[in-house]
Amino acid sequence: MRVSLFATCLGNEFYADACADAVRLLRHFGVEVDVPEGQTCCGQPAFNSGHQDEARRMARHTHQVFAESEYVVLPSGSCAGMMRSFYPELLGTDDASVRSLTTRTYELAQFLVQVLGVDAPGTGLSGRVVAYHHGCHALRELGVRDEPVALLRGCGAEVIAWEADEECCGFGGLFSAKLPEVSAAMADRKLDTLPTVDLLTSADGGCLMQLSGRATHRGVGPPIRHLASVLWEGVGS
Amino acid sequence: MSFTGPGRYREESAKMLRDKPEMRHSVTQATRTFDDHRTHAFGQVDGERWRDWARDVKTHLLSNLDIYLEQAEESLERNGAHVHWAETGADALAILEKIVEDNDVKRVVKAKSMLSEELAINAHLESLGVSVFETDLGEYIIQLLGEPPSHIVGPAIHRSLDDCRRLFHEHFGTPLDAEPDALAAAARIALRQEFLAADLGISGGNFLAADTGTVALIENEGNIRLSTSLPRIHVAFVGIEKLVPTLGDVAGFVQLTTRSATGQPIGNYVSLIQGPRREDEPDGPEEVHVVLVDNGRTNLLADDTAWEALRCVRCGACLNICPVYRQTGGHAYGWPYSGPIGAIIAPGLLGLEKAMPLPHASSLCGACVDVCPVRIPIPEILVHWRERAVEEGLVPLAETVGLKAYTAAAERPVVFGAAGAALRYAPLELGGRALPILSGWMQERSAPKPSPKSFMQLWKEGLE
Repeated sequence: MRVSLFATCLGNEFYADACADAVRLLRHFGVEVDVPEGQTCCGQPAFNSGHQDEARRMARHTHQVFAESEYVVLPSGSCAGMMRSFYPELLGTDDASVRSLTTRTYELAQFLVQVLGVDAPGTGLSGRVVAYHHGCHALRELGVRDEPVALLRGCGAEVIAWEADEECCGFGGLFSAKLPEVSAAMADRKLDTLPTVDLLTSADGGCLMQLSGRATHRGVGPPIRHLASVLWEGVGS
Repeated sequence: MSFTGPGRYREESAKMLRDKPEMRHSVTQATRTFDDHRTHAFGQVDGERWRDWARDVKTHLLSNLDIYLEQAEESLERNGAHVHWAETGADALAILEKIVEDNDVKRVVKAKSMLSEELAINAHLESLGVSVFETDLGEYIIQLLGEPPSHIVGPAIHRSLDDCRRLFHEHFGTPLDAEPDALAAAARIALRQEFLAADLGISGGNFLAADTGTVALIENEGNIRLSTSLPRIHVAFVGIEKLVPTLGDVAGFVQLTTRSATGQPIGNYVSLIQGPRREDEPDGPEEVHVVLVDNGRTNLLADDTAWEALRCVRCGACLNICPVYRQTGGHAYGWPYSGPIGAIIAPGLLGLEKAMPLPHASSLCGACVDVCPVRIPIPEILVHWRERAVEEGLVPLAETVGLKAYTAAAERPVVFGAAGAALRYAPLELGGRALPILSGWMQERSAPKPSPKSFMQLWKEGLE
């Protein structure tokens, strides 16, 4: 089985270690990984802010880059959601190649559980208390709710109950720059309700950037790390 | 205080968060409670099937609106009600003004109605020298405070119990530690006088059954029943999208609406109004007027994407679940309809330019889709209005230019990589403050730190 990793624009520049850990995880489970060189951005920042033409150009580019891939795996729920949910609308619903790409595209935890059938991968998180932030697009566009939590538990972590775990962190791409005050208040709601934990993790670079940016600004909160890195630690012995 | 229009949403929301943090707390608590009740109520029924049914009925209705409007007019007239057509808000106010003048109306009692807020009926009546009394307890509280409503269902949810205690202490001399029942009792005494003295009662209409000409009104307090039956004249303002084909449909929609709004299986009172008092009836108004209001709704209907917003039953469930709405409540939105539904109908009812930036007042988290009882695809409609705003040049030039440059780079991986590498040499702390699009980010958060090496570089160097 061969997987093309799509690091995504944020992942490539800001979460490079997490992308590397995603590769290590996939290899650990016997998957051959390639990283197509032409990859850039899925187009979501343009799509969500109403710039359809630009979104379509980036979608077309991404489609070309990954057209031959057996599977495409992203360490980002929202970029995976963008490709699965909106590429047909942007590139043509009757294009078989586009339709096929959407069904071969997975968020990392979704791929590990749904395709590889991973359940109890290690003990590296034993004794750790972890909070999981559900990124909105993984949760609602991809329907990925149980997979990341099961993987964390499968590595020995205690995933703690958190009343705001399914609430938006306030990132929303350009939303966070257009309406920064409301966006920051949304992050505060997450941080202010967070129980005492050893670390907070999530599967989206955007959410992590928002939550850690706000937590650092206020001087609060636990370490905030990408799910790929936490799971890589988890499978380690 | 009155609404200033959506244009100042960013300033008003920031001001609210800075100056009135207690309102954020009140709104979050109240909306979470509403949503908990909704979740519980939907756990008792086959909610998914019910929502499919409601979507299909409303879609059928909207696809045949002309036919059902004519049928409703015939049915209402058969019942002895006067039917008026208002294309604009000004038309609706003129119709009311004529009824007021023809009948020498001096005192009006009003049932809670979002359409009456949209039409700014109170201000118009007061300008005519007519006194207006809000009779819904929440509306009464905010009328005393001189504030507009901040929520479709709970107009005073931004206010705490202590706020109400202080207000009632000033107005009615109730103790500062009065229990909610005692506050309601004080309001009841004051309002009872107004019900008896009023010449005319105004209501909205939750639903209007086309086959029987029945206006359906849902409430918990009994004030709508009194407002529509005690005064000599009853005027109901009904948006043209509030029709349903049959009275049987009303039964399904009433229960779906209350389950979505407050988690109740049904409202404490449901009034089904079939025209004026008949000869054999002991009470009821002598005249019933139903004003069918367009006021921009046909603009929405004509839009290939946004028309679905007209299915809305105004339950407020999307406000209750919305993490954006929860931070500020409704006032920041600058017009009566706030939250996700307000953001998607504003461009139709006000025009896109006046509605900006409300289509951007969402992170597109999609929580509203999970709760909407008529399955309105709210994020899709938000993105649609954002596209229209780009087409009409209603977004900042820096955003358009920036995204065009970004896209051009994204089509050239070498350029994209080089631009990414440059992030490491242009500290975001400094660069962010200079770029308008990033300055907001930097104002509220610490700058993100680029990884020492990009992933592509790590990959090329070889990963272990």
